[in-house]
Amino acid sequence: MSVPRFWRNLDSRYNLEGTHCTECGEYFYPPRKTCVNCRRLGQIEPYRFKGTGEIVTYTVIRTAAEGFEEQAPYALAIIKLDEGPSLTAQVVGSPEKVHIGMRVSSVFRKLGEGGDRGMIYYGTKFIPADA
Amino acid sequence: MRDVAIIGVKNTKFGELWERSLRDIVVEAGIGAIEDAGVGGKDINALYVGNMSGGRFVDQEHIGALIADYSGLSRNLHVPATRVEAACASGGLALRQAIMTVASGYGDIVVAAGAEKMTDVGSEEASSALAAAADREWEGMAGATFPGLYSMIAKLHMHRYGTTSEQLAEVAVKNHRNGCLNPIAQYRNEITVDQVLNSIMVADPLHIFDCSPITDGAAALVLAPAEVAHEYTDTPIYIKATAQASDTIALHDRRDITTLDASVMAAKRAYEMAKLGPGDIDLVEVHDCFTIAEICAVEDLGFTEKGKGGIFTEEGETAIGGRIPVNTSGGLKACGHPVGATGIKQAVEIVTQLRGEAGKRQVEGAEYGMAHNVGGSGATAVVHIFSRER
Ligand SMILES: [Zn+2]
Repeated sequence: MSVPRFWRNLDSRYNLEGTHCTECGEYFYPPRKTCVNCRRLGQIEPYRFKGTGEIVTYTVIRTAAEGFEEQAPYALAIIKLDEGPSLTAQVVGSPEKVHIGMRVSSVFRKLGEGGDRGMIYYGTKFIPADA
Repeated sequence: MRDVAIIGVKNTKFGELWERSLRDIVVEAGIGAIEDAGVGGKDINALYVGNMSGGRFVDQEHIGALIADYSGLSRNLHVPATRVEAACASGGLALRQAIMTVASGYGDIVVAAGAEKMTDVGSEEASSALAAAADREWEGMAGATFPGLYSMIAKLHMHRYGTTSEQLAEVAVKNHRNGCLNPIAQYRNEITVDQVLNSIMVADPLHIFDCSPITDGAAALVLAPAEVAHEYTDTPIYIKATAQASDTIALHDRRDITTLDASVMAAKRAYEMAKLGPGDIDLVEVHDCFTIAEICAVEDLGFTEKGKGGIFTEEGETAIGGRIPVNTSGGLKACGHPVGATGIKQAVEIVTQLRGEAGKRQVEGAEYGMAHNVGGSGATAVVHIFSRER
């Protein structure tokens, strides 16, 4: 992950900030600058998500992605936020407890470390909502 | 628009070809295909090469020019050469570009090739290159891997439709059985359901034997206008449809995680163009990068109802001799999946079958064949329908 690629999404990663189209009412996370429904006729404004949602599907990654080796095994899930959009994120805690339909809420956590530069990346993960 | 035919085909051996370079294997496939077609370099009007990640796998970009050069098509003939990229659908897309060139009249004899050399880097680096077919910023950053994305498809498919790990394993078992009959396949050994289920878990519920391997290989096709195809070969195979569709790059943005809408749309467009339906197709090569991908493909292409792909496979309907033989070549699972080459290799298999030259894996009396090539977790799908009769 290059530093610019990380930095330009800082608000989105740290604060779960996405966008909202006031024309059709759809919410976007990750943020989009063009509405998928209205395209250039949409009116896009920033929106900070509440951070609560439900697990649509998940997996437990055992052969980790590059830079995530120390975290394996880790639960990775597609989470549908209550406002509508879905995102891909890790679920913290015991992978065995994760299940489809589970309510989760967002937390600020370390995501990983960037190779030889040794950068530490922070962002959003999720925990069980009742935890 | 003109009708288009395939007049020459060639696959290299698929596998770990450490002693050979990217340019070597493409040239072997290309020369094999033009010899099969009985054409010469002077006849070739254009070349398209499907290649996903030359820059990552062999640190070489500008693949179109490289391949034209080492095929002897550059210095004196100056044949236009174009690299085509759509992740693992690069090959299928190269074929589509070649078809459009012939159909439009911008070229007559056109070569479509596909190639990838994946074993020149370590498996970690190869996995990282493949992960670039997903959304690096919003999937990769969260720790997603390619098997991880397809595992999430599998998990929901199992949850919603009752698909089992055994049914997923049956895909791999069948494709290995077919691969034993294909001389170019990387793996020519039978495996059992138990072996799949006891292999290392990569990302729950997918085991390593649910995944296609890292492979080197190349394939090539020669195309001509249908009206002159008989001048080159007694067995031209005709293109009845070429179709392509896109979907969101990230899996999390899909309408339905268990359906590849790009496959559904590409198939719909292909059936309409060919004026055919799923019941008319005699065999199909589908994109089984993971076992769950084949289950989704037989559903998305209309061969069985949504959610029934697992049981359809378990009941043998996708085996040679079943209702719709799927991946007679051995698929990506047994042939190996040199990403940019796969789409062309699939077409080579269908042409071989429709010519009646597939030997022990021949589907008797095959008239119509289909090839289905997917990029990423379903952001690109390319579907072709081929026919023995014009
Ligand atoms: Zn809108």
